[in-house]
This record gives sequence, structure tokens and C-alpha cells, in this order.
Amino acid sequence: MTSSPLKAAPSLDTDRGALSELSQETFALTRRLFLQLARRPSTLVAGVLQPLIWLTLFGALFAKAPEGLLPGGISYGRFLGAGVIVFTAFSGALNAGLPVMFDREFGFLNRLLVAPLRSRSSIVLASVLYITVISLLQSLAIMATAAALGYGWPGGAGLLLVLVTLLLLVFAVTALSLGLAFALPGHIELIAVIFVANLPLLFASTALAPLAFMPNWMEWLASLNPLTFAIEPIRAAYRGPLDLSEVLLEAPYGDITGFGCLAVLVVLTAGLFLLIRPLLNRKLT
Amino acid sequence: MALIELRQLNKAYGDVSALAGLDLDVPEACFYGLLGPNGAGKTTALRILATLLAPDSGQVQIDGVDALKDPRSVRRRLGYVAQEVAIDKILTGRELLQLQGDLFHLPRRLRDEQIDDLIDRLAMNEWVDRRCGTYSGGMRRRLDLAAGLLHRPKLLVLDEPTVGLDIESRAAIWELLRELVRDGTGILLSSHYLEEVEALADRMAIIDAGRVIAEGTPEGLKQRLGGDRVTLRIREFSDAAEAERVSALLQPLEGVQQVVVNRAQGFSLNLVIDGDPVVETMRRCLDAEGLPVFALAQSRPSLDDVYLQATGRTLMDAELAVAGQRDVKQERRQSMR
Ligand SMILES: Nc1ncnc2c1ncn2[C@@H]1O[C@H](COP(=O)(O)OP(=O)(O)O)[C@@H](O)[C@H]1O
Ligand SMILES: [Mg+2]
Repeated sequence: MTSSPLKAAPSLDTDRGALSELSQETFALTRRLFLQLARRPSTLVAGVLQPLIWLTLFGALFAKAPEGLLPGGISYGRFLGAGVIVFTAFSGALNAGLPVMFDREFGFLNRLLVAPLRSRSSIVLASVLYITVISLLQSLAIMATAAALGYGWPGGAGLLLVLVTLLLLVFAVTALSLGLAFALPGHIELIAVIFVANLPLLFASTALAPLAFMPNWMEWLASLNPLTFAIEPIRAAYRGPLDLSEVLLEAPYGDITGFGCLAVLVVLTAGLFLLIRPLLNRKLT
Repeated sequence: MALIELRQLNKAYGDVSALAGLDLDVPEACFYGLLGPNGAGKTTALRILATLLAPDSGQVQIDGVDALKDPRSVRRRLGYVAQEVAIDKILTGRELLQLQGDLFHLPRRLRDEQIDDLIDRLAMNEWVDRRCGTYSGGMRRRLDLAAGLLHRPKLLVLDEPTVGLDIESRAAIWELLRELVRDGTGILLSSHYLEEVEALADRMAIIDAGRVIAEGTPEGLKQRLGGDRVTLRIREFSDAAEAERVSALLQPLEGVQQVVVNRAQGFSLNLVIDGDPVVETMRRCLDAEGLPVFALAQSRPSLDDVYLQATGRTLMDAELAVAGQRDVKQERRQSMR
């Protein structure tokens, strides 16, 4: 044992500036999430494998569908690509709340709350950063596979549009999931919500089939479904030369352009963050 | 100025009252013990100090800072080692300490120096780079203590830190705690073991049902109760008449507070006396009457006597009364953030 004194150190009690403290705590919290991922990569692997299987099997299922079945005469695999990319990002982000929920349940959150965090938003910010990186990685893996299967690759501006769209969707869904993680009583409930929300949102969107294939009521559902507003711009980016003022969605309530889709996503994201703010404030102060 | 000043703290969970007007003054650089049976309100009080819980009413001053108005300043000054250790099973001990250091905004180099120092002091070298999920209870406690000390807090708050620990871990923790106080850190430690409080604390409070029922140094508390306990036997087997006669003989002596004939134990005598010199007086008096002394045992009053005096039951009885009554899971769910 050492014998140097264990004095309370006033030098440790100095202010280091908000920004530097904020980034230190956020970085540390994010690092923890990535360490967990590195040691338990199964969720990441499953998160990539599942959509790959979708892409391969679903693409093959409709490989011999009559030509000209789909608007613009594209192949089904090509049509499906955008849907699977969005679904991957979506289901990844939907899990954002799980680590936070486990921290609440196991009391690890208390450890964070007794620390003099500059802002407790760091806890939320770390989750957002983590999920964003994961979702983008997963989506890129899907895009690469889609390209390898001959379903195409969006060009420069198209790629940018894909990324921006995915980011918006991931932010929105992460906010929702984090909100749920603080609102629901435990992880069982959270997993139940995730489970129940996942597939219906996929089916009731334009991921697997265009609006034109659906009965009227389903058309309504799909045109209100946030996933659709992410799928259509990405599909457009895959289709070729980019024009965001083009009508991408002929919804029963009116035509939506590319800009319209993005605007819906922006509003949704902002709205969700505003919505969960009071909840986070209540739980984190 | 006191390091901790609690005034009239009240806290209820639903209709269960946990704190009922708790007052506490802990001086600087003092090892302060908070003794009380299960359910007395210790954890609730410490969670309020750690800014995890707001009281329903009352005041909390720590190192001159109002904890309810400026919790962040309090968090910087205070290290908190909770009763239930929450660790991340997937991280290694060192990674957890690094995280903790970053959450307290230690500069990188200082952080790593402190970590190495504490790993040394708490003898964690061998296992600190293994994942926390593999640790024993004692290892977790040591890690948690290191985490609480990383930012060198002026005040360390420990909630029943050695419950259920192996002897080695307990010894390591006790030694470090004593060293800390010597070097100027204030410690507030809760326990339901009077031996622990007695062995460690400079000052202490006994709490029961959310209030302080006795406060002082362990010695002072016992002395204030008054007197030493003496058990006296004239012969191996006395009869009632002789016991009564001796009782009447000793009762009027200077310094003898109380004499009771204990029928259950072969008519031995239980006395409360002022201190050592009285024993001599008693011996001389018995000698003068030609009475022998078969056995004489003298003992100081214990902290349990202090608790008994204040509440009418022993600590052990109080423990047994709540055993199995608390639904800890339910409580944890309720206090989830
Ligand atoms: N989260 C909670 N929900 C409901 N009751 C609680 C909760 N925490 C503690 N209590 C009750 O408050 C009282 C004091 O508990 P606590 O502060 O944990 O005491 P101690 O730490 O001395 O055992 C007990 O009666 C306990 O059952
Ligand atoms: Mg307790």
C-alpha cells in the first residue's frame, strides 16, 4: 500500500469550461456504449443479417414477376432496396432506448446522476450518437449488398440524400425510443412496444409494395406512415437524376414532393424531441 | 462550519414515512457513523445527500452549499457509495473508473494517475482489467469505493459498505477509510452493525423511524447512559435471603446507582455503578461483613444499551421486526428514475 496522503484535492474542483466538460462526458458515455457493442456484437450482426436475408429472399421471391409490374418498370429487387435500407435504420433506432432502460432498471443511471454532469442531455446525446453510427453502418452494409446484387447504387448527390434522409429518420425514431425508455415501467414493456411497432410499420408503408397495389384504407395508412416519407426519397435517389421538387408520393390526400417528404421528417424529428423533453427533464433532474 | 447540516428532513414514500424530522450535523474531517436498524431511514437520508432524491421538506447544506439549490456543486464535493452496487458487467473495472473520471471531468492524465493510485491502495491490480461481471461482492465494493474516491471528494458517503463482505475486502476498506479521515476527508457511513460503527466512528447518531434518537461520540453516548454494568455473585449458589441482605448492604454505597437481584441467574446481583473506584468500595464493604466474592464481572454499557434505552427494544429485535417485511424489489421499482 502507498502512503502518500489521500487529501481532498481542491485542484480537482475547478471549472474547465462548458464545452470541454460537455464533450468529455458525452464522449465517455458514448465510448461505453461502443465498448458494450464490441464485446456483444450479436445485436449488430443480427441487425445486418436480418435485412440481408430480407433483401435476398424477397428479391428472389419476385424475381420473375411480370415486367412493368412496378411503376417505372424497375425490378422488384431494386424497388425493395430502399425499403430494406429504411427498415434497417428504423429498427436499429427503435432499440435506442433499451440500454437506457437497462441502466434505469439496474441503477447504473444513479451512478451517472450523482456525477456533476454539465448537462444531463449528455446521456441522451450519447445514445443518439451511438445509434446513429450503428444505423448508418448497417444501412451502408445493406446498400453495398444491394449494389452487389445488381440493384444499383445512388450517385454522389443521391448518396447525400440517402444519408440525410436516414439521419432524419434515425433521430426521430431514437427520440421516440428514448422517450419510451423513460416513460415505460420496464424493459419487458419496452421490448413489447418495439416488437409490436416493428412489422406493422413495415407492412403499412411503401417498403414492400407501391401505393397503387394497396386498397384505399391501406393507402391512407401508408401515406401517413413516417417510414414512407423516408423510403420515397431514397427510392428516388436510386432511380437516377435527382429532383426533389418531383412528386414522389401520390397520397390519397394530395401529392407530396421530395422536399415535402423531407419536410415531414424534419417536423417529425423536431416534434418528437420537443415532446420528450419535458419527460427527460422530469426523469433526469 | 459543519460539513453536513441536515435540518428537519421529511420524506415519505406514499404513506410510508421514511424520514420524520431528521437533524444531523457532521463536522469536517470526521468519521461519522449513522447507526440504525433496517428501515430506520439511513438509505433515504444518504440518497438525499447524494442529490438523488429530494426531501418533501427540510434543508440540506453540504460544505456550505445548499444541496437543493445547487446540486451540481454538491456532486463535485461528494463521493457516494450506494448500498446496492450498480456496475456494468461488460466493462472492466478500469474502464468503469475511466468513465467515472470523465463524468467528473478529471483531466486525462490526472484521471489515470488517480486510477492507478486507487487500484494500488485497494489491492485491485490482479483483477481490475477483467470484466466486472466476474467480480465477487467484495471486489465490486472495492471498485465502487474507488469510483467514489476518484475525484478526491471532501465528503465520502457510504451506505452499509461492508454488509456481506469477505474479511479481506472488509479490512482493505476499513484501512483506506481510516487513512482518508486522517488525511482530512469527512466520512459519513451508515450501518446496522454497532460493532462497525464503534470500531470506526469518531462521532455517531443513532436513528430510528426517521429521527435521530441519540447523538455524540460512541464513548460519550455510553457514558451518558451512565455507569458500568456489574454482575456479582457472593457464592456459587446463594439463596434469596442472602441476596436481599447483600443488596440492602450495597445499595446505600456512594456511586452505586442501582441493584437488582436476578432470580433467573441463581440470585446473582446486577448493579449499575459509576466506575472503577466503586468496585473497590464494594469489595471493602463485603470484606468488612465477612462475605466472600465468588465472581464479579464488570462491563461498560454497549451501544445496544443506548438503543434499548431510547426505543425500548434491542437493535436485534428491531432488525427481526422488519425482516421479510420489506419488498425490496418493489422499492427499487418505485425509486427507479
Ligand atoms: N422506494 C421506496 N418505496 C417505498 N418505500 C420505501 C422505499 N425506499 C424505502 N422505503 C421505506 O422507507 C423506510 C426507510 O427505508 P430506508 O431509507 O431504505 O431505510 P434503511 O436504509 O435504514 O434500511 C422503510 O420503511 C422502507 O420500507
Ligand atoms: Mg439501507
